[in-house]
Amino acid sequence: MKEVRWHARAGQGAKTVSQLLAEAGLLAGSSVQAFPEYGPERRGAPMRAYTRISEKTIRRHDPVAAPDIVIVLEPTLVNEMNVAEGLSDEGVVLVDSNEMPERLKGVNARAIPALKIAHEHGLKFSNVVMLGAAAAAGGIPLVNIQDAAVKKLGKRLDADSLRAAIAEGYACLA
Amino acid sequence: MPVKTQEGAQLLTGGEAVAYAMAQIDPDVFPVYPITPQTPIIQTFAKLASNGKTTTEIVNVESEHSAMSAAVGSAMAGARTMTATSSQGLALMAEVVYIAAGMRAPIVMAVGNRALSAPLNIHCDHSDSMMIRDSGVIQIFAESVQEAYDHAVMATRIAEHPDVMLPVLVCQDGFTLTHSEEPLVLTPDEDVKAFAGKYKVPLPLLDVDEVTTKGIFALQDYYTELRYQMNAAMESAKTVIADVFAEYSQLVDRPFSMLEEYELEGAEKVVFLMGSTAGTIKDVVDELRAEGEKVGLLRLVSYRPFPVEAIRKALAGVKEVIVLDRSDAPGSVPSLHAEMAAALYGSGIDLRAHVFGLGGRELVPAEGRAIFAGEAPTHVALRS
Repeated sequence: MKEVRWHARAGQGAKTVSQLLAEAGLLAGSSVQAFPEYGPERRGAPMRAYTRISEKTIRRHDPVAAPDIVIVLEPTLVNEMNVAEGLSDEGVVLVDSNEMPERLKGVNARAIPALKIAHEHGLKFSNVVMLGAAAAAGGIPLVNIQDAAVKKLGKRLDADSLRAAIAEGYACLA
Repeated sequence: MPVKTQEGAQLLTGGEAVAYAMAQIDPDVFPVYPITPQTPIIQTFAKLASNGKTTTEIVNVESEHSAMSAAVGSAMAGARTMTATSSQGLALMAEVVYIAAGMRAPIVMAVGNRALSAPLNIHCDHSDSMMIRDSGVIQIFAESVQEAYDHAVMATRIAEHPDVMLPVLVCQDGFTLTHSEEPLVLTPDEDVKAFAGKYKVPLPLLDVDEVTTKGIFALQDYYTELRYQMNAAMESAKTVIADVFAEYSQLVDRPFSMLEEYELEGAEKVVFLMGSTAGTIKDVVDELRAEGEKVGLLRLVSYRPFPVEAIRKALAGVKEVIVLDRSDAPGSVPSLHAEMAAALYGSGIDLRAHVFGLGGRELVPAEGRAIFAGEAPTHVALRS
């Protein structure tokens, strides 16, 4: 089972991509689960979301405590909390940043210039680029993650840009 | 257990799933007042209704108390009626929930179970359902999003059965299920409609050919008899629920039971609980079984009616039952603890009980292991 924890500020689309990763896992034939962690809701507040993907039927309903993949959509959060908390032995932290934040040195972490990539493809939000990277880290086929994203976001965003941005995020981990 | 990826599975939250089931049934009336904290249920139903999926009259009222009152009026008038609520909303409805049950209004209500204030909390426990424990409503608890959806499809058949005629609450854990996306298979619209059937209410108020009185007085002369009849209806509900579950099981090829037995074969220690945490405990049972421990799980699906005979039968030969209540009862013991003590009285089975999961503090597998080992505190994970 792969367990994923998403860190973001409310409004950055973490809940959406946590669900899209699950959707892609479902398309790939896995058992999945996606759930946000809510506090008092307000735009800009730190929030978390979770995705589970497993080859066995997922029955558990406890929060993800030891994530295999941590995705940080907002690099400033790295200074506000320990985003690597509970990271599994083989786990990796993927942070949306042009360079590796000081606080993550010593952690198995990768900086992905997702916002830059998103802008290059005419997209406002970097969440889909990080979704591509998360899918690569989670072993989900690229086509499944692209299909899931286009199905859900294709009405609002250009499908080709979406596919290209996701592919570039995916390639960062290849 | 390998993945049983059923054809056409899709991802929905538990809230969306039950709203979808309700929209498929297409009730006549749906009175609502989405008080905070809310679930996605009413929002999703309203969206489906706006998009033309239903012909339902959604009645926006000024409080949850009014929502339940409107539901009673609508049901008495002869309309198939549904609503949804959670936590403080159910608390505000409570007075009228008793009236709905007493007037034998077959209302179906989706509930996202959540803690009651104070302190303020928006997360899951079963305190809201417990508050209306003795109201005379049927309460069915789901473990997963799929099961919550399936229960919602089946609920009208139970509520409206002539031997029952009681409100049915389709309960699912707040957030843990209402806001979690899990894969589920939806039953085709035509199958849901055929299964639910056409609503036939006996003696509707608006039937001018056969005039009846609703909301009657019954004092020392008949109050006892009318309340007693609700016991009989609950007793009949046991058979009706079993029949409806069996019939729907045939339709969708998934098992349903008022009481799920998991690894009870040769089990000496058995955890007894309701809701989504059963999934976590099943994983723990598998781990402990692999280590040679004789453990199992008995999950209560039908909280009301409480299937006491089936519970006694399922637990025959077990040495110890560990009851987990997701609500507390300051000054005494919570509901499942007390009822299991009554159910097992004289059986010689040892009983241990814990309170867990209050205000959304989810039980984790390590705590599940500690519970089986007899090393958990009375209030699981209580901070000292």
